[in-house]
Amino acid sequence: MMFSSKKKLPEVERVVKANDRDYNEKFQYADNRIHTSKYNVLTFLPINLFEQFQRVANAYFLFLLILQLIPEISSLTWFTTIVPLVLVISMTAVKDATDDYFRHRSDNQVNNRQSEVLINSKLQNEKWMNVKVGDIIKLENNQFVAADLLLLSSSEPHGLCYVETAELDGETNLKVRQALPVTSELGADISSLAKFDGPDTKLMQNSGKTKFKRTSIDRLMNTLVLWIFGFLVCLGIILAIGNSIWESKVGDQFRTFLFWREGEKSSLFSGFLTFWSYVIILNTLVPISLYVSVEVIRLGHSYFINWDRKMYYAAKAMPAEARTTTLNEELGQIEYIFSDKTGTLTQNIMTFKKCSINGRVYAGEVLDDPGQKKEITKKKEATDVPGKSQSERVLHFSDHSLMEAIELGDPKVHEFLRLLALCHTVMSEEDGAGQLVYQVQSPDEGALVTAARNFGFVFKSRTPETITVEELGIPVTYQLLAFLDFNNIRKRMSVIVRNPEGQIKLYSKGADTILFEKLHPSNKDLLSLTSDHLSEFAGEGLRTLAIAYRVLDDKYFKVWQEMLEDANAATTERDERISGLYEEIERDLMLLGATAVEDKLQEGVIETVTSLSLANIKIWILTGDKQETAINIGYACNVLTDAMEAVFVITGNTALEVRQELRKAKENLFGQNTSFSNGHVLNESKQQLELDSGAEEAVTGEYALVINGHSLAHALESDVENDLLELACMCKAVVCCRVTPLQKAQVVELVKKHRNAVTLAIGDGANDVSMIKSAHIGIGISGQEGLQAVLASDYALAQFRYLQRLLLVHGRWSYYRMCKFLCYFFYKNFAFTLVHFWFAFFCGFSAQTVYDQWFITLFNIVYTSLPVLAMGIFDQDVSDQNSMDYPQLYEPGQLNLLFNKRIFFICVAHGIYTSLALFFIPYGSFYNVAGEDGQHIADYQSFAVTMATSLVIVVSVQIALDTSYWTVINHVFIWGSVATYFSILLAMHSNGVFRIFPHQFPFVGNAWHSLSQKFVWLVVLLITVASVMPVVAFRFLKMYLYPSLSDQIRRWQKAQRKERPIRSRRPQTRRSSSRRSGYAFAHQEGYGELITSGKNMRAKNPAPTAGLEKMLYNNTSWIENLCKKTTDMVSGFSHDKTAKL
Amino acid sequence: MHIALLDLLFLLIVDYVSFRFLFAPRNCLLNFFLLQIDYTGTEPSSPCNKCLSPNVTSCVCTINFTLEQSFEGNVFMYYGLSNFYQNHRRYVKSRDDSQLNGDPSALLNPSKECEPYRRNEDKPIAPCGAIANSMFNDTLELFLVANESDPTPVQIPLKRKGIAWWTDKNVKFRNPPGKESLEEKFKDTIKPVNWHKPVFMLDPDEDNNGFINEDFIVWMRTAALPTFRKLYRLIERRNDLHPTLPAGQYYLNITYSILFLWLCAHIEFKRLSLSYVSYVTYYPVHSFDGRKRMILSTISWMGGKNPFLGIAYITIGSISFLLGVVLLVINHKYRNSSNTADITI
Repeated sequence: MMFSSKKKLPEVERVVKANDRDYNEKFQYADNRIHTSKYNVLTFLPINLFEQFQRVANAYFLFLLILQLIPEISSLTWFTTIVPLVLVISMTAVKDATDDYFRHRSDNQVNNRQSEVLINSKLQNEKWMNVKVGDIIKLENNQFVAADLLLLSSSEPHGLCYVETAELDGETNLKVRQALPVTSELGADISSLAKFDGPDTKLMQNSGKTKFKRTSIDRLMNTLVLWIFGFLVCLGIILAIGNSIWESKVGDQFRTFLFWREGEKSSLFSGFLTFWSYVIILNTLVPISLYVSVEVIRLGHSYFINWDRKMYYAAKAMPAEARTTTLNEELGQIEYIFSDKTGTLTQNIMTFKKCSINGRVYAGEVLDDPGQKKEITKKKEATDVPGKSQSERVLHFSDHSLMEAIELGDPKVHEFLRLLALCHTVMSEEDGAGQLVYQVQSPDEGALVTAARNFGFVFKSRTPETITVEELGIPVTYQLLAFLDFNNIRKRMSVIVRNPEGQIKLYSKGADTILFEKLHPSNKDLLSLTSDHLSEFAGEGLRTLAIAYRVLDDKYFKVWQEMLEDANAATTERDERISGLYEEIERDLMLLGATAVEDKLQEGVIETVTSLSLANIKIWILTGDKQETAINIGYACNVLTDAMEAVFVITGNTALEVRQELRKAKENLFGQNTSFSNGHVLNESKQQLELDSGAEEAVTGEYALVINGHSLAHALESDVENDLLELACMCKAVVCCRVTPLQKAQVVELVKKHRNAVTLAIGDGANDVSMIKSAHIGIGISGQEGLQAVLASDYALAQFRYLQRLLLVHGRWSYYRMCKFLCYFFYKNFAFTLVHFWFAFFCGFSAQTVYDQWFITLFNIVYTSLPVLAMGIFDQDVSDQNSMDYPQLYEPGQLNLLFNKRIFFICVAHGIYTSLALFFIPYGSFYNVAGEDGQHIADYQSFAVTMATSLVIVVSVQIALDTSYWTVINHVFIWGSVATYFSILLAMHSNGVFRIFPHQFPFVGNAWHSLSQKFVWLVVLLITVASVMPVVAFRFLKMYLYPSLSDQIRRWQKAQRKERPIRSRRPQTRRSSSRRSGYAFAHQEGYGELITSGKNMRAKNPAPTAGLEKMLYNNTSWIENLCKKTTDMVSGFSHDKTAKL
Repeated sequence: MHIALLDLLFLLIVDYVSFRFLFAPRNCLLNFFLLQIDYTGTEPSSPCNKCLSPNVTSCVCTINFTLEQSFEGNVFMYYGLSNFYQNHRRYVKSRDDSQLNGDPSALLNPSKECEPYRRNEDKPIAPCGAIANSMFNDTLELFLVANESDPTPVQIPLKRKGIAWWTDKNVKFRNPPGKESLEEKFKDTIKPVNWHKPVFMLDPDEDNNGFINEDFIVWMRTAALPTFRKLYRLIERRNDLHPTLPAGQYYLNITYSILFLWLCAHIEFKRLSLSYVSYVTYYPVHSFDGRKRMILSTISWMGGKNPFLGIAYITIGSISFLLGVVLLVINHKYRNSSNTADITI
């Protein structure tokens, strides 16, 4: 057998002999083992080190280390750099090793799954990793497939098999695959031939490397680090020049006591060496610990997210999960949320809520009684995958008046329910326990059929020609005469059946707007009544359908049927003729009533959306659903509100139309302000971009934009793009319907590119993957069947409503903490390092350090790292409850107010000021001074100890001032750091250590001597007060005179700490609107054909062999049709005319 | 609120400290005195001017001064140098602490840090390095010109010991171990090139000779800033009745010792040869605009006189006071405004 493939570029075709391993081995196809791990035990060290030193920061520190080994330059001993570097590298290595260990484990799990392979004409159990290309594999129901396979045959009729591809694309509906006719008769459960293995499979080929996401703080940090390097080089140059001058002016005279070294006898060369020496000394401006600390803090925040009980979904035992640990603070800066609808905002559970039959509304209570009734709305499943049998709550609708009407035998009511039981594409099946299970293709239909079943009209089974319904206990078989399938233009579906009495009836359900046009004039009164009911239903956010029937005359039908057969056989204009015939028969309908199905929102969606929009976050809904459904849901979850001044609907089919519609909407928005927007296309776009920032503020009132998939395709073209963006960004809410996955990503990219705003995408399905990947932050809703969205996401939440807490609490805190951390970190290191700069002017620019070498080594990693980490991890300005209650607190993050270049300069200035105080106060005090025992204490070592002590105390006091939320850990770390400093200081200056290493610890006795001097303590106190006081005063004044919202809430929080009432601040507002119907029909075309062809039904009696060929022929044709139609739908360019609202 | 309290606490300390600092000299209880004499001799009128030019024989100069007030309690005698970069990196690290700690191997094989003062004439230098090499070697003596009746000047007894830190003298600096004489211990070494006598001849007192000579130890504790003073001698209080230094006429005798001076150009191949020494001089500072001073001082409870710290405390103290008042007022004014109603969004 020969199989060709175009998957791999260099590989044009694959030659495989089935079940012939020896032959296939010649081609050296990849084996089926999956490798996602990076290292093994031997390669770990070299590869990991190589990777680590590719990072600029690490390479830089390695470079510094090499510089330090040159004695002429070395101003610091080698250990000052190597200790932190080794620490950092080993921490990263441990983290990488752990990650890789888990990858190894998951690889092993996948590789060791069992499969049945035909080897030596015997079925043998084989691990999937050992499956070779060309093997014949026997699969059973509900087994995992871990390779690309070619279906040879199956136990289903006509070699069909149903595949779930949730792990590939997240779609949980079953895909139909058919075996080649030649092989389909082989029998056995399912046999298939391995086609591509291991790394060659579609999945591995498509799983492109995920883009490495960086936060805006990251980017800012990198810029700042570059600036600091620039600053460092400037300082180095200044000091090098100073050194040259000093050496030629002063040093030259000082030769008596200070020799030249050999080979550095010119002041210029000395200056050059000094430059490098100072680069080494001043490198602590950007300490290596910065990046590590940032990572640690983010990791901490990720754990907070993972551990948050308020984001734990008990029903599915599903906690929130931070899958990426590097993006947390970005969660505090979100401006745009792009949300999927189905499964994210809604539960994808349809519930039959209300109906209007013959002008009377039946609206029952919805009871939750799981398991009491037999009805189980099993959606989208035929195979019973064990992991999937979720125990859904059965929403049972009961209305006594309806029950009575049924019992009384009201013919209209019976007809209504009969219609629901007959007119659908649902398949029935009996499960193992003999219970009736429906396989539904759209959840709406499932809801309707189940509702009919609850009221005694049970859809039992169907064959291509018949439908069996149990009507109030009596089985009735209807003959299915015609199936008028649904499509997007028709927006309705009908069946024509002959009942046992011989009467032919057409049952139709569809969008009210369409169906009402088809009604018989006698329905006028009922129509207006039903229409009112529909409005009422729609007002409650329900999805509605109108229901009608028509009694057909036998003769009339026969004529029509013949015409239909003709049309079917026609080669030209087949579709047009058929749809014309459908139109012909679907008229003069008698209205029965209407149904209202609730597309259940996820819990807490309304509150979350309201709260997020109060936080000034714009929510865009991107959905594959139809416009009506999307708008409906938009209203239901408060993204669209009646308070909005206008909702612009863009449905144009050409670029020109779309542009005009966009312009018109914009004109509406601005009033007469935008007379410019009707002019020339080319000159305009620039002008508009300049204007739009100003214009955005000029717009008052809330607007919303609804745009259709096909219009979006045009709107995303480069010249219309700006119009769209401008309009969309001025609107408070945007709903994009009927968008393809690619368009979702394009919309996100558009906003990302032009808005400089932080975007978040949230979705649950595979169609959201591209959007999740391209947004700054992608969130996957976990707990659904498809894993793809979660796998691509940065955060996984079980429910949409947790987004509120994730953003408003965790995101905000993360951002707040990260900003405070960075601020403090830069401050600390400037204060620490710049002292060397000032000292340079008094030591002949000789690159003499101010501090002990050990102090320089330990300052960043031991003495001051933990308190700032504790602040970075635990600090909070207001409590989580208040963060949720005051969504406005979120705004500083969006505006980047807490850490930006301005704030950075303030921090740096603060650091410089502190370094000045740190140097010049001891300088003044030590000038010509004697100790209390008369001995001189103005020696270099005492000076160094005094300054180091002052520095540690000043930065500790500063962190204490910065910490606004004190936990035990903060206390322990801050006090502990100071204590550690003193104990290490005393230990290193002790006699014992000196005796062992006289070279490394020359400060013997110094700590004790200096610290016992009152004078030294007076200097320390003075420095502390001088450097902290201005900050305290400034903050105090700011807090009282210009308090920010967070300051106010914090003060209020302090005052209220004892008696905080539990308030619910936001009363739920239920929408009452007079909007017109939200018709919905989550339907796909083509299933009607599948049903009437009967190919998906198990034949009770084997079909006669003669018919087989014909059937096979038909069979392929409908599959082709189906494929064609599906691709049309997905591509989103099907030019169906979606009616305007 | 607590900020204001802290502020007040700080103010109390400030008041106390600044009072002590500024008014201490006039406070009889504290007896705080300070006297400085510059003997650099660059001015032609100075008696020490004659010793600036090289002179093979030793040179002595005498400076007269008057004490207006008696110095009571222990008096400390310092020498001060300015513009002397003892904190220069190349200078600071040019020593071998192991050698100074009496490590026999380091004695014969000093650390590379000592280059180029590491070896001379194929012998290790002890003590090696630039710091030791440039040791201050002027000898200062103090005489009281007694009253008219008795014209013989009285030499003030100056104590040579007790001027170094305890840890330096007992832990950090040690002579090489062994029972032989000091001269024997240093026999394989050579004196630093600038010195005119070897390290084992610094003091006749065995306990103050070699590496543990206190003058040497004090010198080896390098100064933080280019202008510094180092403790030279102690003048101990005799008893309560007599002031340590009664008011009156004094003179200071400075005896210059010779210093072999060589120029940098003369180091070749990291070696030094005495044949390249060009001239001999006394401890020179004028070449780099340095000054030499002799300082007599008493000390208070927290050390010597320190006007900077006093002024700094007063300045910062008054600023804190002002701020404290302002913050208290503001705090009082806004204290009651912390309730929900005031949260303006």
